[in-house]
Amino acid sequence: MSVQIKTINLEPKRQTFSHIARRFGEDKPASRYLEGTLDIQATENFHYKPLWEPEYWHYDLGKSAVKMADWYKPLDPRQYYYATYNISRSNMNTAVERNFTFVEERGMLAKASSGAIGAIKRGLLPLRHLHWGSNMNMSEICQRGYGTAVTAPCIFSAMDHLGMAQINSRVGLMIDGQTGTSLDEAKQTWLSDPMWQETRKLIEDSFVERDWFHLYTAQVLGVNAVFYNLFYKNADAAWTDAATAVALLTEFQSDWLADETRWSDSVIKTVAAESEENKALISGWAKNWIVRAVVAAKPLSSALLGDNGAAAETAGAAALKKAASLGLAV
Amino acid sequence: MSGTKKLGLRQRYEHLTRGLDWETTYQPMDKVFPYDEFEGIKIKDWSAWEDPFRLTMDSYWKFQAEKERKLYAVLDSFAQNNGQTGISDGRYANVLKLFLTGISPEEYQAHRGFAFTGRHLRGAGARVACQMQSIDELRHIQTQIHTISHFNKYFNGIHDFSKMHDRVWYLSVPKSFFDDARTSGPFEFMIAIGFAFEYVLTNLLFVPFMSGAAYNGDMSTVTFGFSAQSDESRHMTLGIEVIKFLLEQHPDNLPIVQKWVDKWFWRGHRLLGIVAMMMDYMLPKKVMSWKEAWDIYFVEAGGALFQDLARYGLKMPKYHEIATAEAEHVSHQNWCTFYQYTHAANFHTWLPDNEHLDWLSEKYPNTFDKYYRPRFEMWGQMAKEGKRFYNNALVQLCQVCQIPMVYTEPGDPNTICFRETQFNGQRYHFCSDGCSDIFKNEPEKYVQAWLPVQQIFQGNCGGATIPEVLDWYGYKFGEDNFDYVGSPDEKLWNEWHADKIKAAS
Amino acid sequence: MAQLASITLMHNDDARPVIESIIADNPGVKILNMPGAVKLDCDGRITVNRASVEERLGRPWNLQEIHLVLISMAGNLDEDDDTFTLSWRH
Repeated sequence: MSVQIKTINLEPKRQTFSHIARRFGEDKPASRYLEGTLDIQATENFHYKPLWEPEYWHYDLGKSAVKMADWYKPLDPRQYYYATYNISRSNMNTAVERNFTFVEERGMLAKASSGAIGAIKRGLLPLRHLHWGSNMNMSEICQRGYGTAVTAPCIFSAMDHLGMAQINSRVGLMIDGQTGTSLDEAKQTWLSDPMWQETRKLIEDSFVERDWFHLYTAQVLGVNAVFYNLFYKNADAAWTDAATAVALLTEFQSDWLADETRWSDSVIKTVAAESEENKALISGWAKNWIVRAVVAAKPLSSALLGDNGAAAETAGAAALKKAASLGLAV
Repeated sequence: MSGTKKLGLRQRYEHLTRGLDWETTYQPMDKVFPYDEFEGIKIKDWSAWEDPFRLTMDSYWKFQAEKERKLYAVLDSFAQNNGQTGISDGRYANVLKLFLTGISPEEYQAHRGFAFTGRHLRGAGARVACQMQSIDELRHIQTQIHTISHFNKYFNGIHDFSKMHDRVWYLSVPKSFFDDARTSGPFEFMIAIGFAFEYVLTNLLFVPFMSGAAYNGDMSTVTFGFSAQSDESRHMTLGIEVIKFLLEQHPDNLPIVQKWVDKWFWRGHRLLGIVAMMMDYMLPKKVMSWKEAWDIYFVEAGGALFQDLARYGLKMPKYHEIATAEAEHVSHQNWCTFYQYTHAANFHTWLPDNEHLDWLSEKYPNTFDKYYRPRFEMWGQMAKEGKRFYNNALVQLCQVCQIPMVYTEPGDPNTICFRETQFNGQRYHFCSDGCSDIFKNEPEKYVQAWLPVQQIFQGNCGGATIPEVLDWYGYKFGEDNFDYVGSPDEKLWNEWHADKIKAAS
Repeated sequence: MAQLASITLMHNDDARPVIESIIADNPGVKILNMPGAVKLDCDGRITVNRASVEERLGRPWNLQEIHLVLISMAGNLDEDDDTFTLSWRH
């Protein structure tokens, strides 16, 4: 009689899902980012045309003029899936709480000059509406776009904009003694102050753009690269003696912009590199929206910085330079 | 400046969220929101929307990050400890196969659908709630993939879940359900998924079933299940707010909403037949029967809900009594179907053993011994004689729910229920009055259905033979399909438990 | 027919003080234990009081923390800083 010694077999039969193995090979496990992202949107055998847009399927390659052989090519360099996204934002938000407490305890805004408070009211608080508009655009791209690689980070971005609109609102509440009057004023400013109208027109025009990648380009290279770059990176002088307080209270926005840009630059670059046709389309869109954004931002930079629009021009030039570095012909 | 005043939850939420939106003037509102009027729903005043939960993004990130840290700690330790070897029985893994191919992709559809309503409803409060639900639903599919990923390393049948969801015959049931909701207008989507599905029906899936996962030793699945449910309670609040809001806004909304409630209740009832089978047949250790769950979560909880909504004139969904009567049959009829078509399924089937049969007899005293036990005993006898019963015929599918015609007439469990109607000179078939009514209300929609059996006949599914079709589905023949007994899954499970099995014999 | 307002919570250490305070504060509460979860039902109305939970927890507790342990509920929700109430009667 022979004795056979067998250890328990815990070698995996396979390392990952078949659709991932087809892309990267059978032999290695895939990251949670890849398993939670790749190919999870349905692609074929749909049952009904949407009642609200019967010319397309609800997931349809035709909703943008740019074409990709594989919409899972523009991956997110940050490798965000829901958990890592939320943990990242939760950590960033811990700093927000600390900064708000710091500014509040030291009465930094209470001690600020009326000029500085006026600038915040007229120049910073209305940005909550631009964030709200950006939230609408990123939700739209999430619902209209194709492939989870691009659409999932868009809902993250949409929630970021909502969060930033709320942080801006908290700055207002700190100024107005938690009554909300500054927010009502900021809304009036947004709606009727001439210096904001080109900006409002720009974002309202973006709301009706049907091509989702066109809208993406407008949002990330027009709105983000010009307006948010101007306000959160290059407008310290506008807040005069409250500049340090504003820098602390908008640290999230500034960190967010760097984080978002790492992703959005990579998406633009990958999609533009796919073909000459894509490159031409995206280049045209980028140029148009950057130029429009500069025109809209000039009265803001003139009024807030007294620079005759120079900071807006600088932000626009930087956006164009960046676009060129991403392979666009601008 | 009195910056130290602390705001209450409600006021704080309102300040931070309300008033962010504005009436556009450079573009007409109807062009910015092109989809929210064609359904005929009348909204007089969006500001009357009550925010169902008042979560600002700072709290959202904080709580969700904490939930995720806990969940992934459990997933990591489950994998490190090879928790898959500690589940109650190898058969258990088959519920996860149904979950990942049939349910998780619908979480994804909900994610994109709520992004749609989160952009296109005109009221800002409703949009914010929808966006939170959208990102939550993305959480759900991702945590489900991450949980079941570990099982995929050892068990067959789920390795190609996305392709299977797009192609496999019975998975067109959940897919067409959500395609139907996604392609409806934004208000119908909210009633379909937000109200009928989330509020009235998902408890049946996520509470007793997940409790069953815990009972069967799958700590990873119960953790994602209950963690997902903690989002679900927010979603339920949104669902009930939506329906109240629509009914309060205009009396003309009532008949539209009632029609949607009727439709989506029936479609949801049909869809959940899969869960009924998971609970009654596929969990090796059972927490409660489908019938018991139905009584708690539909008869009792749904009853209380509709009693509350009666003040708006809303009635219980049409055919709810039939659905309740069917709760004594549906799990048995579904499992019988999959048993006969085990060669075409991506999970394994088995005949209930004697102990299981006795449990079913006890839980279903009105129906099981009379209609179903004899069938299982006969199939058991046939299998013993080497004549295991397979059904090789391609069956007719209901044009609406896409389930094979296997359900019986209300009140007559010996007769298969067939309904049919003509539209544009074509004949269409249905499994029930519920499905037939749905078709008659929107025939132009349902004639479009991608019916798997018809598609096979038309040559669109990889070939004319069963092995060709299964290959096109992404199955590995002989590994992913057929009975559990004799499967590679069983072989591996038995290797893990060789010591125990030896000791017992 | 009874209209049950209901809360289902995870059965773990974080939820225990919440479960206990619901049982203490809602006379006639019906308890259904399931593996991993507990369902608490009350005719018409069921309330979670922040102060009650804090008493058991020995630290300040934000009512929104209930979302970390909540599995399901039934009833119309009314939530403010001090109470979390589900009810069917108006």
